[in-house]
Amino acid sequence: MISSCLRQLCLVAAVAAPICAQAAAPEDDDPWPGLVQDIFQGRPMEDGSRLIVLEAPNRAEDAAVVPVTLRTTLPPGDARYPMSMTLVIDHNPAPMAARFEFGRDSTITALSTRVRVNAYTDVHAVLELSDGKLYVTKKYVKASGGCSAPAAKDAEAAKKRLGQLRFRQFATPPDPQASRTREAQLIIGHPNNSGLQMDQLTHLYIPPSFVNEVRIWRNDEMMLSMEGGISISEDPNIRFTYVAGDEDRIRVEAKDTDGRVFKGEWPSEQPGP
Amino acid sequence: MRILRKFALVLALASLAGRAPSSAGSADALTPLPVTEVAPGTFVFEGAVSLMTRENEGAIANLGFVVGRDAVAVIDSGGSVLEGMRLRAAIRGKTAKPIRYVINTHAHPDHIFGDAAFLQDGAAFVGHQNLPQALAVRGPFYLDAFRPILGDELMRDVKLAPPTQLVQGSAELDLGGRRLTLQTWPTAHTDSDLTVLDQSTGTLFAGDLVFVEHIPIVDGSIRGFLASIDQLAGTEARRVVPGHGPVSAWPEALAGERRYLDQLARDVRALIARGERLETAAQTAAASERSRWKLFEEYNARNATAAFSELEWE
Repeated sequence: MISSCLRQLCLVAAVAAPICAQAAAPEDDDPWPGLVQDIFQGRPMEDGSRLIVLEAPNRAEDAAVVPVTLRTTLPPGDARYPMSMTLVIDHNPAPMAARFEFGRDSTITALSTRVRVNAYTDVHAVLELSDGKLYVTKKYVKASGGCSAPAAKDAEAAKKRLGQLRFRQFATPPDPQASRTREAQLIIGHPNNSGLQMDQLTHLYIPPSFVNEVRIWRNDEMMLSMEGGISISEDPNIRFTYVAGDEDRIRVEAKDTDGRVFKGEWPSEQPGP
Repeated sequence: MRILRKFALVLALASLAGRAPSSAGSADALTPLPVTEVAPGTFVFEGAVSLMTRENEGAIANLGFVVGRDAVAVIDSGGSVLEGMRLRAAIRGKTAKPIRYVINTHAHPDHIFGDAAFLQDGAAFVGHQNLPQALAVRGPFYLDAFRPILGDELMRDVKLAPPTQLVQGSAELDLGGRRLTLQTWPTAHTDSDLTVLDQSTGTLFAGDLVFVEHIPIVDGSIRGFLASIDQLAGTEARRVVPGHGPVSAWPEALAGERRYLDQLARDVRALIARGERLETAAQTAAASERSRWKLFEEYNARNATAAFSELEWE
């Protein structure tokens, strides 16, 4: 009781004078303007709420695995096409989670990935269209509660999966027969170690090692590429919606910061091995 | 301005003192944790089935201690140093024998944040061989994440003590005419799970490998969890002290947890096979278990998320 009254008192006082400046710091300290400088060289941002949808849970249920979906919603007949999408998790140690680049004929309209969320944070999605402008939208995500941490759950198992590629495809409802729209999912087995954890007590140090580049071709055309950082979850996962052609072949090449290269190739419309 | 802040501090301390004295006080002045002697010389504090909060001082996990002829072993230290100090006060209310071991059943904050209360005893801190790594990776995050939840007062003295005695497989601790058998487990609830069997009374301290009433939490591997509890079920014991929930008969206590984990795995596998998304699993998997557990809303979506990203590799 007393402490909640006191908090209210602080709140009132904070409006009058910055007496509780420390307690209010998280809200005041908005990293976004600085991130626009650092990541986008201060380029102007247009309101993207009609062009891009950012789906993320209100609360990060599992801090290590938070699903995020980005959809472009260009109106029919709009001649512009998406060039890139950038996903920024403002309060993470490495805010730029991923930058996706689209090929001219990628036909991709939605993509999903999974990220780590360390703290209460705004998540921004920035769409770059062929008109050369940036369009931004954002969503606030609460940090997970309890003992969830943005850390490996089973480091040994993750190590064993290193380098394995999984590729699956799903016909999308409601009318998979009539439509050639497909969802494809790529998973790259990789611990994606952040390298941020050092322990003064045990002197254990986990060196950074993460997937920093993924390229996906359809036949010989670059379809989608991702420049990734340590905010991407263990076993980087990209799921995207596209329009399948006749006898497409999907080819993937991923690289990590240790210089390892992982490759795979699958026929479109058939599940991978 | 400064006066007001001081005033606030005094009030905060006063309100804390109303429930229990500040952790800065001596052990004598602390309200001991209420403990139950579940078997001769084997004591248990039953934590609240709740999330950790400032109000409950982080005291949500079950803690225990076993008194031998020569010494005492503590099993988990609680979710704040204040709780650890109150556990220590409870021990001192029962025996003056030295506290020789503090055993951590895994790396979660509600089990280890009280460790610093026992630094003064020169006790050995005992844990799974993976515990140092788990603390290295998660510790700094936990310290940051729980400050706004528990508040500066409860967090101030929290130190993540490095384990000084590591266990791989099984080990025995001798308290003088009384043996504790420690067993480490492959990744299950977490990747640093360790159980303690008090041989002389048949009391199994299962840590968070066993949940009763409180929804089980998967922060390691759902497959490993299911495999480990199948093996754990073979332990000869009379009763189990779960990590959360009431002391229960053994091995009957495992039934609810096994049913939940089986259902979750089954639902998640079906969703993966149909090409559903992780988000869908978080919202729908194990829904049939909703009414059977406390804190279902707080943890089920998270369990489904963890299970999905693990089972996707099958």
